[in-house]
Amino acid sequence: MTLDASAALEIDPLIDDPATRIIVCCGAGGVGKTTTAAALGVRAAERGRKVVVLTIDPARRLAQSMGIDSLDNTPRRVKGVEGEGELHAMMLDMKRTFDEIVEAHADAERARSILENPFYQSLSAGFAGTQEYMAMEKLGQLRARGEWDLIVVDTPPSRSALDFLDAPKRLGSFLDGKFIKVLVAPAKMGGRAGMKFLNVGMSMMTGTLGKLLGGQLLRDVQTFVAAMDTMFGGFRTRADATYRLLQAPGTAFLVVAAPERDALREAAYFVERLAAEEMPLAGLVLNRVHGSGAARLSAERALAAAENLDEGRIVDQRHGKAGVRDAAAASPESPPVAHTDAVDHTDAIDHTTEQLTSGLLRLHAERMQVLARERRTRDRFTALHPEVAVAQVPALPGDVHDLAGLRAIGDRLATGGPAPAGAS
Amino acid sequence: MSRFQVVSGKGGTGKTTVAAALALALATEGKRTLLVEVEGRQGIAQLFETEALPYEERKIAVSSGGGEVFALAIDAERALLDYLQMFYKLGSAGRALKKLGAIDFATTVAPGVRDVLLTGKACEAVRRKTKQGTFAYDYVVMDAPPTGRITRFLNVNDEVAGLAKFGPIHNQAQAVMRVLKSPETAVHMVTLLEEMPVQETADGVAELRAADLPVGKVIVNMVRPHLLDEEAVRSAAGDRRTDIAKALTTAGVSGAAKLVTPLLEQAADHAQRVELEREQRAALSGLDLPAYELPLLSEGVDLAGLYQLAKELRKQGNGS
Ligand SMILES: Nc1ncnc2c1ncn2[C@@H]1O[C@H](COP(=O)(O)OP(=O)(O)OP(=O)(O)O)[C@@H](O)[C@H]1O
Ligand SMILES: Nc1ncnc2c1ncn2[C@@H]1O[C@H](COP(=O)(O)OP(=O)(O)O)[C@@H](O)[C@H]1O
Ligand SMILES: [Mg+2]
Ligand SMILES: [Mg+2]
Repeated sequence: MTLDASAALEIDPLIDDPATRIIVCCGAGGVGKTTTAAALGVRAAERGRKVVVLTIDPARRLAQSMGIDSLDNTPRRVKGVEGEGELHAMMLDMKRTFDEIVEAHADAERARSILENPFYQSLSAGFAGTQEYMAMEKLGQLRARGEWDLIVVDTPPSRSALDFLDAPKRLGSFLDGKFIKVLVAPAKMGGRAGMKFLNVGMSMMTGTLGKLLGGQLLRDVQTFVAAMDTMFGGFRTRADATYRLLQAPGTAFLVVAAPERDALREAAYFVERLAAEEMPLAGLVLNRVHGSGAARLSAERALAAAENLDEGRIVDQRHGKAGVRDAAAASPESPPVAHTDAVDHTDAIDHTTEQLTSGLLRLHAERMQVLARERRTRDRFTALHPEVAVAQVPALPGDVHDLAGLRAIGDRLATGGPAPAGAS
Repeated sequence: MSRFQVVSGKGGTGKTTVAAALALALATEGKRTLLVEVEGRQGIAQLFETEALPYEERKIAVSSGGGEVFALAIDAERALLDYLQMFYKLGSAGRALKKLGAIDFATTVAPGVRDVLLTGKACEAVRRKTKQGTFAYDYVVMDAPPTGRITRFLNVNDEVAGLAKFGPIHNQAQAVMRVLKSPETAVHMVTLLEEMPVQETADGVAELRAADLPVGKVIVNMVRPHLLDEEAVRSAAGDRRTDIAKALTTAGVSGAAKLVTPLLEQAADHAQRVELEREQRAALSGLDLPAYELPLLSEGVDLAGLYQLAKELRKQGNGS
């Protein structure tokens, strides 16, 4: 099998190792990052570690069942976790996190004026990059508290997995950028030769932007940036500090993907990027993979058999063949699916058995087609990145929304090496 | 049928795909549709398997109904320069602004500016007339931001009109809102039959309604066929195993006895999924909106698949 090329991702050694301090789950949206993060948290805690999981935008029912649906932005102990360890979990409140930074760095009055600043308000309510920035910030805070020996971080539901790495810096650059500096202190720039011209142009342009954005807004931006800057030496510095945390030993990245083209393409980008940044990749979690306990029956043979059954039934009905089925010949015109109460009992069972079996076979054929497609997509990834260890998690038929579900995912994570995990 | 069709939905549910299929479906004989994207991701180019779209309208497809589909990837930075040019005759100062990162700043961080530009450009295309006085495009379809941001995105001009109390910017903002809040516009929500996307759809629809924005249809995407119902599976799991094994053997399957259990397990999974989907369908029908359904294309969506989805939309009444 082609997959032998890539190693199995061993989850238990990773979460049991006391040297593992941070696990970051990344990937494109909707692939199961939050689910994986929460499942890892439960498993690590039940194996004895003191864990905190930072979830971002969890499904409502999952948050409720973990008791983290109240938005107080601090970790809560999760009840129902068995064993020696402890699980704490929280759901990121991005605005609250931003407010906390302000409150921690400014005296009460300054803090209030910043919190009331309209520019600050719209920025903290969610602009491109704010959520990623705040996720990093929260991670830094949790780490600084030193109360947990393992932090599992979920990442925001961005369209691209790379956003988690890039957005904080991008936002930091904007807020610390040249343009903002000019806005805040045009006088400083004017001193240097050659900048005079720019400065004249600048006041004209801030005038223009002022009109476009509203003059008050521009003043809000200026006061906000000035206030934040003196407070803690810049957003960029702060983003950089957490970024370094991600490069430190003890941090492990897990890239989560569904066995679909887009998700795996995204995963491949991310894997390459991590390598470039010297950030440690533990492996790929391939989530929602389909398996079959009847894999030796191919899609083609299953379909052919289903057709045999369907045809057989028609033939039987038309010609009033063998024994018991004679009763059905009474209504030769009736289509094979129609099974009416008028038909004699034994006969009804007999026919629905064929119908049912044909349904089972068609269902199986569909499943086998999904399997084949998933395998092709996955093989393309492993051919490109044979060095990446893989763990497969089967698609459960329902959603994952409670501890039992998370445990089930955790078990699959730990045992689901690169070979398809039997029936699912 | 509204001339401006906005397609939103949870991330990854198929907004880009459905928007493209809709543009194709609406391009019936002699009609011209414009498909716009606003997130700078070149999703349309990828889907139509062409090179990256420039900031200009160009024909990307001819529909099976004989109409034409044009596409435009709106670039917020370019739109800002156009906008400044239009209102302030900036000239070369525009370039200097760009150098300083002002445009980046304004389009990325400054509240709403980006959205003002994007919606403004799209509405301009909706209202544009030819020299003959007919509309330049019969329909404009937008691959819009996801559910969480759509209301704010569409409503941004209301805020702007409030900030700039008069003058050209005020007038422009008002003109945009007149289009967006009229029956000319319909905002569709793409969803899957899964808990999270359905929940987001319900929340999104409530927000749109609260903001007086015209909600269009729910488009349920990637619908899988129901091959067996729960009852059949229940009865099968009981005392019919030997019968099933026999039927399998009759149908030419070897080693039937060992297959019955895994086949029934698969059927039970399927039945559970059907049941979950039924719950999600019920939640959706509570929204009281017309719905379309698009099948899951098992080989993924290529160009041919896109035409197939367009055909499906036409069959369900869109594109007439
Ligand atoms: N009906 C369908 N059948 C099969 N695959 C589909 C269908 N609709 C969409 N897809 C696939 O699902 C994936 C996501 O679709 P698409 O990119 O259109 O979603 P989106 O909502 O625009 O995503 P994003 O939020 O990232 O912009 C793509 O790989 C697409 O090919
Ligand atoms: N292996 C799985 N089997 C079944 N459902 C799953 C599985 N993994 C995730 N899900 C479901 O998919 C949905 C999205 O998962 P989530 O973890 O919130 O994704 P993300 O955080 O990547 O956006 C949730 O409803 C979750 O219960
Ligand atoms: Mg999530
Ligand atoms: Mg898209």
